[in-house]
Amino acid sequence: MNTLSLAFSEALSMVLRLDPVLGGIVMLSLQVSLSSVVLASALALPIGAALAVARFPGQHAVVTMLNALLGLPAVVVGLAVYLLLSRAGPLGALGLLFTPPAMVIAQAVLVFPLLAALTRQVVADAWGESREQLVSLGAGTWTSALALLVDVRYTLVTIVLAGFGRAVSEVGAVMIVGGNVDGVTRVMTTAIALETSKGDLPLALGLGIVLLTIVLALNIAASLIKEAAQRRHG
Amino acid sequence: MADRAPLLPLVLDDVSFVARGRAILDGLSLELAAGPRTIVLGHNGAGKSVLLRVMHGLIAPTSGNVRWSASEVPGEPRRQAMVFQRPVVFRRSAIGNLRFALAIAGVPRAERDGLARDALARVGLDAIAHQPARVLSGGEQQRLALARAWMLSPEVLFLDEPTTNLDPGASLEIERVVQAIHDAGTKIVMVTHDLGQARRLADEILFLHGGRLCERSAAAAFFHHPATAEAAAYLEGELPWRSTAAA
Repeated sequence: MNTLSLAFSEALSMVLRLDPVLGGIVMLSLQVSLSSVVLASALALPIGAALAVARFPGQHAVVTMLNALLGLPAVVVGLAVYLLLSRAGPLGALGLLFTPPAMVIAQAVLVFPLLAALTRQVVADAWGESREQLVSLGAGTWTSALALLVDVRYTLVTIVLAGFGRAVSEVGAVMIVGGNVDGVTRVMTTAIALETSKGDLPLALGLGIVLLTIVLALNIAASLIKEAAQRRHG
Repeated sequence: MADRAPLLPLVLDDVSFVARGRAILDGLSLELAAGPRTIVLGHNGAGKSVLLRVMHGLIAPTSGNVRWSASEVPGEPRRQAMVFQRPVVFRRSAIGNLRFALAIAGVPRAERDGLARDALARVGLDAIAHQPARVLSGGEQQRLALARAWMLSPEVLFLDEPTTNLDPGASLEIERVVQAIHDAGTKIVMVTHDLGQARRLADEILFLHGGRLCERSAAAAFFHHPATAEAAAYLEGELPWRSTAAA
């Protein structure tokens, strides 16, 4: 057996026997990314809906900027959050740098534009279809925004899952603000980067398999939810 | 509700609506009183749908005034309603759509279910109260929209070609409900392209042509002796068999 297949079979066995080191890294990854997506969603969904429904000066510029932020590079987010949280930074006193909360903040900042921009788009489409009816019923701006969020809830699930996929698979931001500290801030992506450079291919590959499976499962779940909702609710 | 000043009559005074340099409504003045069912007729682009939207307050006129006899109080249930060509229903159950509209109207939670059930029964949808509204047939969705509009007994109901996308059976169902809403005391103002429907439902006709009110007559007079050449040509055009029969 060559090195590659050896590493691969070792990786598979680590995954299957639930290796504690691997398991710890996976759990931290999931905790950090889930928290960041919950945090970002709590802000991004209402803001996205409000941007779709409300009319205010400068709205066009805000939407354009939001869409531009979709391509935000993870390392730049990492750097910005690093500067905010570093000892000399404005939030340095909190002492969050190189802790999981710092990683949660960085990933939340990273996925916020994605969640807000996609939510805005979906709600804007729904608003276009039902604006006259909602106004006719006497619904104000906020009632309409909330009602439309409820109306597109199944699409929102897929948007949030996409946000989770982006968070859990990025490496640049968590690397910078987390520092990849063994057992404290080491997540799947940073561990893969480190172990690969160290030559510990089985652990890197094992984490790669888990990460790929998670991302695949998310995508399958997203399309299943969408299909089921389509069948049931039209 | 009964002791409040009525919304009607509605007065439009020299109302114009201009979009992209084109006058969709062109200096239109009219008064609508409670009672007779008013049917709005005219060619495509005559301004019928825009007229309804201006009256209902969905579009602000470019110039001129739209005056109701009483003003609606924000936060209270609306005293006018509108049903659109394509029914807008939300991803909730049929009865959920009605409860949602009642919530917007500020009806206390405890009263919503009873009102919604009564409204569904009146349009014959009580059997499918809990089905998702989006998967109902077009005719059922439109009846749901009518139930929603009728629920709080508005003084005026605007209908913008509510049966255009429906088959004849579903259209007759809608007409039956519109008739019932009229009988219950709501003023009907309806745009249609279906002259048979106009004959069945109209007490009076507003005939629009080029954004102007070209003719206003009692229904029987309009269909037998249109007063204007434009209306006569419209009736000829819409009923081509008439000209062959007359020849």
